[in-house]
Amino acid sequence: MEWITVIAAFLQRAILQGTPLLFGATGEIITEKSGNLNLGIPGIMYVGAISGVIGSFVYENSGADFIPIVGVLVAFVSSLIGSLLVTLIYCFLTISLRANQNVTGLALTTFGTGLGNFFGGSLIKITKSSVPFIALTDTGKAFKTALPFAKSLGWVGTLFFSYGFLVYLAVILAIVAAFVLKRTRVGLHLRAVGENPATADAAGINVTKYKYFATCIGGMIAGLGGLFFIMDYSMGIWSNNGFGDRGWLAIAIVIFAMWKPDLSIFASYLFGGLYILYNYLNTSMQMIPIIQMLPYVVTILALILISVRKKRENQPPAALGLSYFREER
Amino acid sequence: MSNTIALQLKGISKSFGSIRANRNVDLELFHGEILAMLGENGSGKTTLMNMIAGIYYPDEGQIFVDGEEAVIRSPKDAFGYKIGMIHQHFKLVDLFSATENIVLGIEDGEPYRLADAEKRVREITEKYGFEMDPRKKIYNMSVSEKQTVEILKVLYRNADILILDEPTAVLTPQETQKLFAVLRRMRADGKSIIIITHKLHEVMAISDRVAVMRRGEHIATVETAETNETELTEMMVGKKISLNIDRDEPQGSIDRLEIRHVCCVSAEGVRLLDDINFTARAGEILGIAGIAGSGQRELLEAIAGLQQLESGEILYRNPKTEETEELRDKTPQQIRDLGVRLSFVPEDRLGMGLVGNMDIIDNMMLRSYRHGRSLFLDRKKPHELADQIIASLEVVTPSAQTPVRRLSGGNVQKVLVGREIASSPTVLMAAYPVRGLDINSSYMIYRLLNEQKRNGVAVIYVGEDLDVLLELCDRILVICGGKVSGLLDARTATKEQVGLMMTKVGGGD
Repeated sequence: MEWITVIAAFLQRAILQGTPLLFGATGEIITEKSGNLNLGIPGIMYVGAISGVIGSFVYENSGADFIPIVGVLVAFVSSLIGSLLVTLIYCFLTISLRANQNVTGLALTTFGTGLGNFFGGSLIKITKSSVPFIALTDTGKAFKTALPFAKSLGWVGTLFFSYGFLVYLAVILAIVAAFVLKRTRVGLHLRAVGENPATADAAGINVTKYKYFATCIGGMIAGLGGLFFIMDYSMGIWSNNGFGDRGWLAIAIVIFAMWKPDLSIFASYLFGGLYILYNYLNTSMQMIPIIQMLPYVVTILALILISVRKKRENQPPAALGLSYFREER
Repeated sequence: MSNTIALQLKGISKSFGSIRANRNVDLELFHGEILAMLGENGSGKTTLMNMIAGIYYPDEGQIFVDGEEAVIRSPKDAFGYKIGMIHQHFKLVDLFSATENIVLGIEDGEPYRLADAEKRVREITEKYGFEMDPRKKIYNMSVSEKQTVEILKVLYRNADILILDEPTAVLTPQETQKLFAVLRRMRADGKSIIIITHKLHEVMAISDRVAVMRRGEHIATVETAETNETELTEMMVGKKISLNIDRDEPQGSIDRLEIRHVCCVSAEGVRLLDDINFTARAGEILGIAGIAGSGQRELLEAIAGLQQLESGEILYRNPKTEETEELRDKTPQQIRDLGVRLSFVPEDRLGMGLVGNMDIIDNMMLRSYRHGRSLFLDRKKPHELADQIIASLEVVTPSAQTPVRRLSGGNVQKVLVGREIASSPTVLMAAYPVRGLDINSSYMIYRLLNEQKRNGVAVIYVGEDLDVLLELCDRILVICGGKVSGLLDARTATKEQVGLMMTKVGGGD
């Protein structure tokens, strides 16, 4: 049974690699369903990560005894607050002031990355560390706490029970998002806002409110992806620019999953798998970036397929990227 | 029809800026009746109905529903009073099913169950005889099915008063018959229906009473059974008003453009033009009259080469070569080079004729940028032309470098007509050139058109004001529903004659 253990280990790593992407994709899908194309998601995830780091840095260095559950809560809440604040900038500019969504989003990504590196760099200076890292190992350990019986279950335990709580939260959020979008009145209204805001407005739906809420909730969920990456995946170790291009991958997953949160679960794990595939192939170092391009290639293929098939249900929300302006009557 | 009043309007007035859309309107609607609102374009029918439906709020006056005063500030308020309006432009989410669109926006506190909603939609469709699959997606629907969804939306919200804004404009005759059958069943069920229309035969076919509007005022309400189409037309168009527009006798008229059996079908399969025949002569102004959307736009675009024809010929007698050329086979650019000019497209004055963000000079260059061989643009001649137009047409603008969108409507119009005239056209088509213009600018445009006529240009003028058409044009072609319903001599024709032809093909049916 050697091979099944290998496959379980590969899938486990794919899931770990895919979880930040899943948070980002779920957040972006909720956002885009309201007609807001938030290209600031990479920046927001970055801010979600650094806010969590700042929170736990303060807690771990406060001198109090480290209680794991409090450590997790502090990081979790500060991450949510951080991502909410930057998402509000996006909302205010694009919804209230009707600024161009692409420009605002891209600016926010640049801003978020800069903000993260600034605070990351500052914290490293404060610790007077000789290496360019911040190590929050206690919090990292708390985030990584898995169910105790996982180890005794062999490959089943590795594949299903070996993760920290954020992995399960990502899946639950995606399923809840899919359910809300498909089966509830709020979901119907949200989809109407993203498809045809004028019609939604005429039906008495508060377009601005829906756009704000969807974008903010989406931003906060995406921010958790950044938090997971630092606290769980990297075991509480922050290094500047460590997050890489995962934010863009999350946006690619939205397209690949055709704006369906349930599909994005599988898409994220697939992308995660493709991202680490090079470890399992006997290739030279030079080939690694080429293999890491695979998710993007797959996205382009998916885009081509979607465009060729022209099925209306698989298209982006019709009003995506457009500001809504109620005409003067 | 019972004798109890369902809805009553008292002294309703509404202004938009300096334009008075409605003036002191009183109107009554009984339970279980179909009331037709009849009036020309811009007579204030839709504005009045929008106030009942909560789109606008009246400046003055009161609305009573079942005897009690109602304050209607939004469509939601209107639904509260069981009033629902079906607008001309559908408000539907394409990707949703019929039922999803119908329940959109309803917050009744009940749990959200699409299956229950579907069941209720089915009940309503069976009750009134609609043909509709509640699960069908809007993007798979025909125009008439979409309209059905809009009506179902209103019925689902338990409306007792239904207002339909020109519901038959988008329907085929068969679909219209089906709609009327449904409306009669609703009437039998005790619902009150207001139907806005300007098709007289439909008024006679469906309504119990007719309310006639003219220039924002309610002229009269009469029993349909006790009136006839001639009487209604007279009430609708009113007495002739003299405008004193100069009109010369046409000099040396020769046929310039001959339209033969032109037919054209829209992408949805609706017949837009049906066997159109007429001749436009050099040195005269041919007026085209018709209710908005009767095919005027398509006709002009067909001549300009912008509209695909199903069949028919458009023959042009070239004054330079004395040869007859078929415009149908030519590109818009070739047609323009022959001297056939389309100016002023009303729905989209800036979009199709001028670029709003560019200044007057650059807009002149839109027509001339192909001239010259240099790699660089020659801006000198367009600049001279722009200055010349500003001076001769009295365009009010800070300079020739001002973006066109900053000019007022009249001045935009002048820039556009000035440019088209400057290239000495042989055919000049103008659609609603004075829409939205003040009196002085309007007369300036009339003068320009007359000047072109004297220069031997074949002018085609599409207008909506019958008084202007009768005084400006030499002949008037009346179209109705894409068909020619008559060709009149503008010097002898009466307003009633034109009005009647606009609403009915050939005067018969």
